[in-house]
Amino acid sequence: MSSTGIGASVKRTEDHRFITGSGHYTDDINRAGQAYAYFIRSPHAHAEIVSIDTSIAQSMSGVLAIFTGEDLARDKIGGLICGWMIHSKDGSPMKAGAHPALAQGKVRYVGDHIAVVIADSYAQARDAAEKVNVTYKVLPAVVDPATAPQATGVPVHDVSKDNIVYQWHLGNQAETEAAFAKAAHVTHLDIVNNRLVPNAMEPRAAIGDYDFGTDSFTLYTTSQNPHVARLVLSAFIGIAPEHKLRVIAPDVGGGFGSKIFIYAEETICVWAARKVKRPVKWTAERSEAFLSDAHGRDHVTKASLALDAQGKILGLKVHTIANLGAYLSTFASAVPTYLYAPLLSGQYNIPAIYAEVDGVYTNTAPVDAYRGAGRPEATFVVERLVEVAARELGLDPAEFRRRNFITQFPHQTPVIMAYDGGDYAASLDKALQMADYANIAQRKAESARKGLLRGIGLSAYIEACGIAPSAAVGSLGAGVGLWESAEVRVNPVGTVEVLTGSHSHGQGHETTFAQLVSDRLGIPLETISIVHGDTDKVQMGMGTYGSRSGAVGMSALFKALDKIEAKAKKVASYVLEASEADIEFKNGTFGVKGTDKSIDFASVALQAYVAHKFSGQELEPGLKETAFYDPTNFTFPAGVHICEVEIDPATGVTRIDRWTAVDDFGAVINPMIVEGQVHGGIAQGIGQALFEAAHYDQAGQLMTASFMDYCMPRADDLPSYQIGLSNTPAPSNPLGIKGCGEAGAIASPPAVINAITDALGHENIAMPATPMAVWRAAQSASLKAAE
Amino acid sequence: MTAITMNVNGKQVSGDVEPRTLLVQFLREHLRLTGTHVGCDTSQCGCCVVHVDGRAIKSCTALAVACDGSTVVTIEGLAKDGVLHPMQEAFRDNHGLQCGFCTPGMIMNAVDVVHRKGHQLDEHIIREELEGNLCRCTGYHNIVKAVAAGAQAMANAKA
Repeated sequence: MSSTGIGASVKRTEDHRFITGSGHYTDDINRAGQAYAYFIRSPHAHAEIVSIDTSIAQSMSGVLAIFTGEDLARDKIGGLICGWMIHSKDGSPMKAGAHPALAQGKVRYVGDHIAVVIADSYAQARDAAEKVNVTYKVLPAVVDPATAPQATGVPVHDVSKDNIVYQWHLGNQAETEAAFAKAAHVTHLDIVNNRLVPNAMEPRAAIGDYDFGTDSFTLYTTSQNPHVARLVLSAFIGIAPEHKLRVIAPDVGGGFGSKIFIYAEETICVWAARKVKRPVKWTAERSEAFLSDAHGRDHVTKASLALDAQGKILGLKVHTIANLGAYLSTFASAVPTYLYAPLLSGQYNIPAIYAEVDGVYTNTAPVDAYRGAGRPEATFVVERLVEVAARELGLDPAEFRRRNFITQFPHQTPVIMAYDGGDYAASLDKALQMADYANIAQRKAESARKGLLRGIGLSAYIEACGIAPSAAVGSLGAGVGLWESAEVRVNPVGTVEVLTGSHSHGQGHETTFAQLVSDRLGIPLETISIVHGDTDKVQMGMGTYGSRSGAVGMSALFKALDKIEAKAKKVASYVLEASEADIEFKNGTFGVKGTDKSIDFASVALQAYVAHKFSGQELEPGLKETAFYDPTNFTFPAGVHICEVEIDPATGVTRIDRWTAVDDFGAVINPMIVEGQVHGGIAQGIGQALFEAAHYDQAGQLMTASFMDYCMPRADDLPSYQIGLSNTPAPSNPLGIKGCGEAGAIASPPAVINAITDALGHENIAMPATPMAVWRAAQSASLKAAE
Repeated sequence: MTAITMNVNGKQVSGDVEPRTLLVQFLREHLRLTGTHVGCDTSQCGCCVVHVDGRAIKSCTALAVACDGSTVVTIEGLAKDGVLHPMQEAFRDNHGLQCGFCTPGMIMNAVDVVHRKGHQLDEHIIREELEGNLCRCTGYHNIVKAVAAGAQAMANAKA
C-alpha cells in the first residue's frame, strides 16, 4: 500500500480551504447586480387563500417584483414532482396531488410558499413582505398520520378523499400467516419512529442568473445532485431546456438527504431572474429550513415476530403508516416502501415476511429521505423486535441473534433483496469482545451501588447501498436510472482531472477519488484534481445519496481508468517500439516485458498529445476517457453496534458510557474518512434516540422550529466512539466497496433504546428518550418493583 | 446610515451601515469576508464565531455599530503570513471537519477556549466548551481530538 493509495488515511486535500475560510458555499457567491428574494409563507397548516393584496408592498423602496402562483401558471411553469411511482396493492397508482412552487388557491402546511418578494436588498424584501396582506379561510388541519385516513374535515388533496397516498405491500401474506399459526411464541411491538429535521449546518440557498445574450440560465444551489436538479427543472418544471440551464452546486455544507430534492425556492429564483432581469439570491433562515426542508422518518408501526420453541424466527408481520406530509417530495414515495420493507429481513433468516405500508398526507412539511432513508426505520423495527423477543424467551440477545443469522450466501430474502456476502457472526464476535460484553453484569452492579441504572443494547443492522441497478429500480417505479459517470482527462504534462457525477458535501471525494487515481496511475495526489458539482463541466451524473459514491461513483472512475490504461499502453507501445501485448504498467511506469526499456506516465501523456509516434495510424491522439457504471446489485454493508448507558433515575438523564461499532463496509479507500462517516452517523442516530423530535401541535404549528426548541446533539451530549472494521469485499463491484455514509444512523437508534430498556427493565419508552421520558419510565419501573 | 470603522484582520476598514446591520452581515456582505458563516437565527449554532477585542463572540448577535472601533479577527485572519494557526492544522490533522461549514466558528471558539482554559484540555472540558457550536457531520469525536491537539500545539508554538 502506498502512502497515498487505496487504504491510506490520507489527510484531506479539500480541508485547506475550509480551515482558512476560503470555501465557496452558495451564500458566499455574489453576482453583480443581484437582487434578493424573500418568501411569504403560510402561517396556517390548511387554508384557502381568499386574496393576496400586494398594493402597498409593490410601492415600497427597493421592491422589484412580487410574484404569486398566478404568475407561475401564466408562464406555464410546472409543479414540483415526485419521481418514483408506487402502486397500491389493488394495482392503482399513488394519488399524487399537484405541488405548485407557489400556492394556487390553497396552502397545505405552515411554511408553504404563497408569494415571493424580490428587492434590491434582503431587508427591503423582508420589510415589504410584511405589508403583503393575505386573507385566508382557515380549514381544519390533518396532523396525526395514524388517524389521517379517518379525518372528517377537508382532505389535504382532492385527489385523495381519505388522505391515503397508497396502500402498498410486499412479501407473502399467506405464508406469513401460516408461520404465525404454528408459532410457539409471538412478540408484538408498537413503534413510533419519530419525525426528524435533517438540519445540515448550511441552510439551503440559491442564486438564479439569466444571460440575455445567450438565452441561458445558471442556478447556483445547495444540491447533492445538480444534474438531477437540472433534469427536473428542465424536463418537468419547464424552466429551460437542459442545454440552456447550468446548475452549479459549489461547496455544500452537509446534506443528509435534505439537499437531494428539488424545492420551490430554487425553482423560483432561477425563473424570476429572467423576469426581473437581475440575478436573484435567496438564503434560508434556519426557521425557514425547519419549516420547509423535507423532514425525515415519521412512521407509526405495529410489528410482530413469530418464533418456534427453540427461538428460531419463523415469520415477521409489519404494518406501517408513513407520514408523507402535505406534498410528495422528490423521492418521498420510495422511502417508506422500497427503501424500507426490503430491509425487514435484517441479518436474519426469516422464512416469511409480510409488510403493509400506508402512505398518508397530513398538513405538515413534506417528508422524504434523511440519512438512511427507510433503512433506519426498518432496522429499528427488526432490532427492537429481536431484542424484545430474546428477553421474552429468556435468551441472551447476542446469542438469540447469532442463532438466527444468515450464514450462507447468496441469500434470497422474502422481500426482494439477494444478499451477496458477509460474515455477521464475525462482526458480532468482534463487537462483543471490544465492548467487554462478558463483564456487563459486574459493571451493572457497580452502577447499582451508585444508585444508577446501567444497560447494554445491541443492534445488528444491514442496509442496501450502492443504489442501484437501473433496471431493478426502474421495475420498482423509479423515473431515473441510478448509474454513475466518470471522465478522466489526462493533460499533456501528465496531470489528471477527474470529472465525476458524484457530489461531495462533506464526504471528502476530492481526496478519496484522487487516492484511487494515484493508486492506479502511480502519480502523486498533487497532480490530480477532482471536479464535481457543475453541469457545464460534468456532462451527466446522478449525485450523492444512499452511500453510493464509493460503490457506484468510484466504480465508474475505475472503469474509466481501465480505458486510460489501455489507451496509454497503446501509446507506450509506439513510443517504445514494442508489441502492445508486451507492455506492462506498474508504479506509474510503462515497460517492455523482459527488457529495461520504459517510459513514465507523464511522458506517455505528452506522447499521446504530440502524436509524433503514431501519426496516421489507427490510434487517435489524446488521452481522455469516459465511463458509465451501472451496478449489478445493491451492496450490503452490515455490522453490530453496542451501546452502554448509565441512567440516573433521579433525573432521568441518560449518559452513553461506551459505544462500540464494528462495520463491514467492504473495501475501504481511506479509513480516517470512513471512521468519520461512522462517527457522524452514530451522532445523528443518538440524536434521534435521545433528543430530536419535530413536533406539530393539533393545529399544525411546528412547535420545534428553531435550535432553541429542536434539540440537536451537542458535543457534551455525546461519547467518543470505538470503531472496528470487519471487512468482507462486496462481490458486485470492481473495488469491493459497500458504502459507509449511512450505517451509523441506521445502526444506532435501536442500540440506544435497547440499552435504555435493558437498564429500566421494561420496554415502555419511545424515542426521543428525553430525561423527562426516562425519568417517568424509571419511576414506573421502580413503582412496579415495589408492588 | 451610520459610519463605523474597525480593525479587521489587521486592516483598518470603514463602512456606512444601517443601524440594524449585524456584525456578521458587515463582515460577509460589506467586507466580503465569507469565511464566517450563518447557520441559524437564534444564536445557537456558533458558525459565526469571531474574535472581538480578543474574545470569542457570535457575530450574528452583535450589531456592527456596537463593534465600532473594535479589533476583529475572523477565520481569514488566523493564519499569519501563509502559515496556518496550530488550531487550523490540528483540525486538518485530526479530520475534525467534513462539510466545513461549522469549521470556522469551531476553530475560532477553540482558540478562545485555549486562551481561557490553557493548553491541557481534557475531553470533558472540551465537550463542555464546545456546547455553543453545532456540528452535524462529525459527531464531535474528531473535533474533540483536534481541539486537544491544537491546544498542545499552541503551547509548543509559544515555546
